[in-house]
Parts: sequence; structure tokens; C-alpha cells
Amino acid sequence: MTNLDQYKVHQQPFYQAQGDEVALYEAAYSARLPVMVKGPTGCGKSRFIEYMAWKLNKPLITVACNEDMTASDLVGRYLLDANGTRWLDGPLTTAARIGAICYLDEIVEARQDTTVVIHPLTDHRRTLPLDKKGELIAAHPDFQLVISYNPGYQSLMKDLKQSTKQRFTAFEFDYPAAEMEAGILGKEAGIELGLATQLVKIGQVARNLKGHGLDEGISTRLLVYAATLIKGGVAAKAACRMALVRPITDDADIRDTLDHAIDATFV
Amino acid sequence: MLVSEPATISAELQPYWERLNVGFPQVRAVFAECLTEAQALLSEEGINSYIDNARFLGKMGRGVEPILVYLEEAPTVAQHAGEHSLLMLKDFAYLLSKSTNFGAIVPFLQTVAAVSRRLHSQELLQQYLDLSRQLMEDTTSSVHGHHKTFASPALPEFFKQAPKLLEILSLQGLKNWADYGARYYNDHPERQIEYFALQSADSKAVLQRERHGTLLVDNERKLDLYMHGLWQDGDPFIPYSVAFDELRVPYFNAEGIRLPDVYDDLQLPSPTGRGAGGEGTLVISGIDRYRAALAHIAAHRRWSKPVIADNISPFQRMAVEFFEDIRVEQLAMKLYPGLRKLFMALHPIPIEDACDPDQQSAVRHRLAMVSRAMLDPACGYRNKDVCEIVARFQRIMAEGESSTLEMVDLAISFIARTRRQADLSANVYFDNTEVDYRDDNRHLWIFIEEGDEEEAFDKPEQVEQKEVFSGLPPRHYPEWDYSAQNYRPDWVSVYEGLHPSGNAADIDRLLEKHAALAKRLKKILDLLKPQDKVRIRYQEEGSELDLDVAIRSLIDYKSGAQPDPRINMSHRNDGRSIAVMVLLDLSESLNEKAAGSPQTILELSQEAVSLLGWAVEKLGDPFAIAGFHSNTRHDVRYLHIKGYSEKWDDSVKARLAAMDASFSTRMGAAMRHAAHYLEQQPTDKKLMLILTDGQPADIDSKDGELLIADARQAVKELDRQGIYSYCINLDPKADEYVADIFGRQYTIIDNIAQLPQKLPELFISLTK
Ligand SMILES: Nc1ncnc2c1ncn2[C@@H]1O[C@H](COP(=O)(O)OP(=O)(O)OP(=O)(O)O)[C@@H](O)[C@H]1O
Ligand SMILES: [Mg+2]
Repeated sequence: MTNLDQYKVHQQPFYQAQGDEVALYEAAYSARLPVMVKGPTGCGKSRFIEYMAWKLNKPLITVACNEDMTASDLVGRYLLDANGTRWLDGPLTTAARIGAICYLDEIVEARQDTTVVIHPLTDHRRTLPLDKKGELIAAHPDFQLVISYNPGYQSLMKDLKQSTKQRFTAFEFDYPAAEMEAGILGKEAGIELGLATQLVKIGQVARNLKGHGLDEGISTRLLVYAATLIKGGVAAKAACRMALVRPITDDADIRDTLDHAIDATFV
Repeated sequence: MLVSEPATISAELQPYWERLNVGFPQVRAVFAECLTEAQALLSEEGINSYIDNARFLGKMGRGVEPILVYLEEAPTVAQHAGEHSLLMLKDFAYLLSKSTNFGAIVPFLQTVAAVSRRLHSQELLQQYLDLSRQLMEDTTSSVHGHHKTFASPALPEFFKQAPKLLEILSLQGLKNWADYGARYYNDHPERQIEYFALQSADSKAVLQRERHGTLLVDNERKLDLYMHGLWQDGDPFIPYSVAFDELRVPYFNAEGIRLPDVYDDLQLPSPTGRGAGGEGTLVISGIDRYRAALAHIAAHRRWSKPVIADNISPFQRMAVEFFEDIRVEQLAMKLYPGLRKLFMALHPIPIEDACDPDQQSAVRHRLAMVSRAMLDPACGYRNKDVCEIVARFQRIMAEGESSTLEMVDLAISFIARTRRQADLSANVYFDNTEVDYRDDNRHLWIFIEEGDEEEAFDKPEQVEQKEVFSGLPPRHYPEWDYSAQNYRPDWVSVYEGLHPSGNAADIDRLLEKHAALAKRLKKILDLLKPQDKVRIRYQEEGSELDLDVAIRSLIDYKSGAQPDPRINMSHRNDGRSIAVMVLLDLSESLNEKAAGSPQTILELSQEAVSLLGWAVEKLGDPFAIAGFHSNTRHDVRYLHIKGYSEKWDDSVKARLAAMDASFSTRMGAAMRHAAHYLEQQPTDKKLMLILTDGQPADIDSKDGELLIADARQAVKELDRQGIYSYCINLDPKADEYVADIFGRQYTIIDNIAQLPQKLPELFISLTK
């Protein structure tokens, strides 16, 4: 049988709760309700799920979705080998069998005909038909499905079907409030709070520009990058330009404004 | 001039008077005064040259004016451009005198001091004289066959305008501007005069072209981003011209933020800012000067509250303004410490001992010292009053934000404690006390006396007379009442009608105007156009074997490796399956001029929608266009412009051409009504684009939140119907509400002039 232990989160991940999401998630899990986490990129969605898996002491299987993914990539397929064919479970099937939390990251990236395979797992049936193998799996009682997506990709071509959306309970994440975000930077990168506060301020300048030529502001993840660079000895202004500004925009006016914000924030 | 008795010339000045040796009584009257001034500025040798050249001008035979003006102005010129310039002035005046252009001598001499103040060097002054001479030669004409030559019409006007021109142009720019006028108006004396008097439109246009520095018009977006990003604030910028307006410093009011139309890079002779010592220079770029001015304004807008001015004396008011300026800058620097460097560079440095508080009114000077000291702790002022107030100020700021009212108290006590006899003197000390990036603080004061009480009475609500709107019977829609958290059923009546028609050719003309843009868009559209069949590779099951992959798999298999089972491919019909509804806000406010554009918002929307219509037609997506406005909940108009079954043809264009704006914006009802058409489209995706310039509002809805909440509710309903709504907002203040309604599905177009380009681009990227 599959080694359960390899999917466990052994070390407590650092996760700073933004509100009562931990308790709410526990409630959803105890009823085995499917969960969707929405939010802009790099705001802590994956970290939250990892933390919950640790806290609930359940295995976690993460799948990063992409456009080329087919249903077989989730469910499993027959492989040819010297002795003929052999069935190999896909990550979703494995999770259903062993009772893991299956986290489909960036589900909107997958094609819609792929997404529908999760439907039977998400209602009262809690089953997964393996059509090719002619098997119907009843999900393990510990199994739970979690998907994440970023509604900020401003394209209606990348949106979930209503019939998919309406099978999930949902958490809406956003970047943490300033003080909390500074605390996260401090913990993650080991920098002092004053510096973290300054970084967060620059993040907020960019977030204010959302819709004015920026599709997304600066993520917590990028702020952690900047903090890490500074911690490693890079000068603050250079680290900010490199980790916060250059990655998010090619628009000269916005770049100039953010560079100025850096100059105005660090003396 | 009337001279009653000959002015006396003191014995001391007698030798100079004799050296001058002219008989004009008018000259005698001013001689002593002029000479005393000249002695303060010139060397002994310079004085002799001054007098000799003056004598020459007096004996030139062009009357008394040249010598009078020369005596008055020449010392200043020498001060800025060296004593050799005394001779240069005379020579140039003589040149004019010999030609038919003697009429230009006086204007030349009258402005040359101001000119030299701008140019600041003998070389540049020489260049100025050279270019004036060139202009004279280019514009002085002789008519063929006659011996007579005609004076240059341009020259006197040119001299009159020269100081103003040099305020904003480099010398090179001035030369280009003058050359242009000389070349194009050589045969037309009246037009030439107009040009050189800065009265004709092209004269101003060339001036704009030649000016140097950072222009506001070129940087509006950047500054807008600055305001939004760093201050979460924003308003239209309105430029004023340093050259043609009286206004010297920025200000803001309900119409917007006024800033100079150009800022030069500022080269400071010291690394720490104006007037201070130290090696090296510091350059503050024009764009940073704008940012400094905006930071100051934004700080006022965030932290200042107006106070009643009536019981506060002018001195006290000046002190309040200084203190409030200081306070908000301290708060701004707390937020963005890097601002200190910028403010310090731009803030003048009052020189402590330069002003004699017993002879001159020194209040300004004292206040400016306080202001400087609060920026620059190392400034080292010794003045007891100044040091005391600075210490007190710092204590206040250490405690928190303080307030405008506390500044009023502080200012009144400061004025009382530092009062001096000479404060009331008309001789006010101004040097290094004017902080020109700061606004004029008009926002700080409320004057009760002049108040217009009439405005206090509520105007009776005016429901505009509705004209008869022939069309279908109304449809009723609910409206969301957020306070009750419930719908008001059948609350709104929507009347649908056909939009009136105009001239379709107008729209074709608009499209032609944007031909270049259309060409660019076409390239992108071609890429987006649905190709009928798309091959999908790497399929386990499919309609055809993918030979490449199959062979690779077979080789893997034969060699004992794990073969890839995805050896098939299939085909998919890549039909774009999107239906679009473009919903246009046609409320009254669209008739306003767009900031930074000669066109109204309506005209720009019309252009934008025409281009969008053209683009969507090219793609073949089904689309509809409708406009809406409202006049209370009983009368929401929904104007049909294009339906899904209609082609993008002349009848549609004719309706677009007649687009007109009036009444208010009850957005939710219009969205619901539009949705009921869009919903019926059999496509996979449904997109509703809402183009608006403001927040939902109507005259029967006093609570601004209500219609916002209703629109948000409408977005939710649409989402449930599988309709993706997306707002294109033209309101610079939209940050305050647009995300509340549309979540993440919006764009704010700051520079409305770009709308025609932005709208189709946005559509393309949304549906890519
Ligand atoms: N609440 C939080 N507690 C601890 N760390 C956080 C938190 N929020 C964000 N972070 C930091 O931000 C980084 C990015 O977070 P995460 O990878 O969870 O983002 P995400 O929302 O999953 O992004 P994406 O949508 O791009 O996958 C984390 O590695 C962590 O350093
Ligand atoms: Mg001010």
C-alpha cells in the first residue's frame, strides 16, 4: 500500500491566521465539505492548506494544474511495461484511496473538461469512477478536496463553471493588513519590524495602483523575497527594485512611480 | 516731465555730473539717485564707463528717454553680466539708432536688466544681443526700387516680451521662436506684430514647443499614479502657465489641483540645497519637483481641516499657514522619510543675520527660519524665539498628529511673544522666505462674512421634466435595499426605446481618424480570430494517431523504458463562443470636458465604442450596444443602439452618432435589463462591459450608498446567470467605490483621452 507518511506535513509550517479561517476550515473538514480558497497570487493560500494539513495531521497531496493537464493526469492511467499493462493511480485517486487532502492549485488553469472529473467526489456520492479500469472508488472517510484559484486573472475565459463553483465552500483571502503582513515578513525572513513595515508600505503603494495599469499588486510572496535579499546583505533599495518592482510591471510610468516610492520610503 | 527747480547735485557727485555733461533737466533730476545705486554695484572703473556710455546715448540725438532708461537699468545689467556689458548696451543702442529701428531703443533698454537676470552671464547676454540683431536684419525691409527702408515691426514687441519668454525658454528656444516668426511673417507686418507680441495662436504653440523642462502635460499619468499609489488620492491636474498667469504657486480647489505647466530641473549649487555651502551640486529633476508639490498638497488634503479666518489677523494667518505647512510635512515625512531630502533641497535657507528685525518687518523671516529648522535639524539658528518654538513644535509632533486648530493656537502665541515694533513696517524682508513648492493654502480658511448664505438652503429637488418617450411599456425590476438586506420588489421602471439616429458618416469619420490604431488592432484581432480546427496533441484517446509521438513511444517501449501512452491527437473546433453587451452610461456628467482633452467624455466614449464595435464585428462575436440614464426610479431609460441580430451597419452607426447625455445613473436596473438580453445568447461566455464616468446615483436617492449596494447586488445576480460583468470607469475617484461594486472586475482609465485606444485593447485582453 502507498506509504501514508510521505504525504504528511511533518514540521509545523508557519502560518499567521488572518481571522477565524482556521476554525472554519476545521469545521468544513469535520463535515468533509469541499473547500475553495480564492485570492490573489502569493497571499498565503497554499501556506494555509499546508498548515491545516499539519494541524489535522492528514496527508496532503498537491497538484499544480496547467492547461495541458488531462483527466488521466488526475485520475490515473494504464502504463505499458514488459509484462503488458499496469494501472497507475493519479494523485486524485491516491488521495481518495488513502484519505488525504487533495489540493488542486490554480484549478482555473486546467481545461474545463478536466475539471468535471472532480464533480462526483464533491457531492454526497463521494465516489470516483475510474472508467478505463472499470472501478468505482468510494472515497476514504478522511478524504477532502480543496481547490484554489485567483479570481484576479482578468479574463472571463479563465473562470470556473457555475456548476463547479457551487460545489464548494469558499474562503476569500486577500493580502494581510499592514501590521500583520509586517509580522509575517519578520518571521519568514528574520528581519526586524521597522524594515518589514517599510517593505509593506511599498507593497501597499503598488496595491493602490491596481486597476490603474497593474493587474495585481505586489504579493506577500514578493515581499518575503525582498526581505530575504536584504537579510542576505543586498542594499534595501536595490532589493526592492529587484524583488518588488521589476517582476510586476513593464509599464515605465508605474515602474518610475514605484521606484520613487522606494526612494521616498528608504533614506 | 515737469521740473520745477533744478535738482541739486552734491559737491561729491559734481565731478561725475560734469563728466556726464548733458543738459537734460530730467536727467539732472534722477542723476544723484542713479549714481548712488550704481556706486553700490560697480567698481570705480565701472562708474566711469557707466557715465561715458550714458553721455554717448544722451548725445545720440534720439531724445532724453534712452539715457534716462540706461541710467536706471544699466547697473543691474552690469551686476549680472559684468561691467563690460555697459559698453555692449551702448553699442547695441547705437546700432539701433543708426538704422530705422531707433524706436526699439527704449523697449530694448527697458527689459535688458530683466533679461540679464535670467541669462546671468556676459556670454549669454552677447548671444542675446546677437540674436536680436539677427532678428532686426531679418525683419527690416527695404522695398524694391525705393531707397527707403522700413523699421522692423517685430523688434519692439520682441524686446517687450523677452523677459517673459526667457522665463520659460532657453536662449536656444528663444532663438528658434524668433526665427520662426521672422521666417513666416516677413511679408505681413500686422501678423508679424501679433506673433511677436505673443498674441497669435501659432506664436504660443511654437513657444510651447520650444520650452524646456518637465511639462505637466507629458507627465500627468505618472503624477496620477503618484497620487493614487502613495497617497490614495487623486483629482484632475490643471496646469497654469508661469509665463502668462499671475499665479506663482500651486493650489487646489473643487475643480482640481493646479500646478505649473513646466518645472525645470533645478540645479542647486550645494549638495544640501539652496544657498547652503558645501562642495558639489544637487539636481532635483522636474518630475521630483512636481512630486514634492503634490506630496505637500496630498498631506494637506489628508491632515488639514479648514478653520474660520474672520477673527485671525493677517500676521497670525501667515503664521498659521507656515505652521500648518510644517505640520503636514512632518506627518508626510513620517510616512515617507525620503521626502525630507526633497523638501530640504527645495526649501530656501533664510540667512539668520540677513534681516535686521529693528528696521524691517521680520515676521516672515522668523517663520521661514522655523520652517527651515523643522526640516533641517542641523541648521544651527541661534535666534531664541525660533529655537524655542522649534523645540515646542517637535514636542507636539512627537505626541501624534496634532491638528490645524492646535497650529492656530501655536501661531497666535508665537506672534504675540515675538512681536516687534518694526513688524508693522512696510519694508518686509522677503529674501529666502518663499517656499515655492507649497500651495497657497486657500483651502485652509473659511470666511464667514462673505459666505453665501443662500446656498445653505436646500434647493428644492428638481425633477427634470420628462419628454414623452414613446416605446414599449415599462419593465419592472427590484432594487436592493442594503439597510434592510432585502429587495424592494418591482421598484424601478425601465423604459426601453430605440436610440434616435444621426448621421452614420460621422462614425465613419471617427473611425478614419483612428485609422492607425485600427490597423494595429487588426493585427491582434487576426490572431484572435477563431481558426476552425485546432489540433490537440498528447491525448490518450483521440481521433488520429500522432505519428511522431507514437514512434517515440514505441522506441521507448522496445528499449525497455516507460512509453508515453498519449500517442493520439484530436481536433477541437476552436469557436470563440462569447457574447458581448456594451452598456453605456449616458448621464449628464458625460457632457463635461475630459481632463487634459479638448473633447467631452461623451465624444471620447463615442469614439471608443465605435472602435470597439468595429473590432468586435471583425471578430464575429455576437454583440449588442445599449445606453442608459435615469430620472428617478420611475423612469430609467434603456436606449437600444445595436441588437444581437443587427449587423454593424449604417443604421447602428447612425444611432451611435446621435449619442447624447442627460439625467442620472441608476446602474443596477440598467444592468438587470441588459442582462435579460445577454442571458438569452447561446454562447459559452457572456460578457457585459459597463462604461461609466461615475458612481451610480439618481436624484431621488439621497443615500449614496444605496445605489452602489444595488449595483453590487446586480453584479452578483449576473454572476449567477453566468454573466461576467466588467466595468470601465472614467472617474479618477472611482477607487472609492468601484471595487465595492465590481470586485476585481474593473479598470480605471485615468487618462480619458486614451479611451478610444484602451477600450478595444481591454476587450481583446479580456477575451483572449
Ligand atoms: N498568512 C501567512 N502566514 C505565513 N506566511 C505567509 C502568509 N501569507 C503569505 N505568506 C508568505 O507568502 C508566501 C506565498 O504564499 P503562498 O505560496 O501560500 O501563496 P498563494 O496564495 O498560494 O499564491 P499562488 O496563488 O501564487 O499560488 C509564503 O511562502 C509565505 O512566505
Ligand atoms: Mg500649504
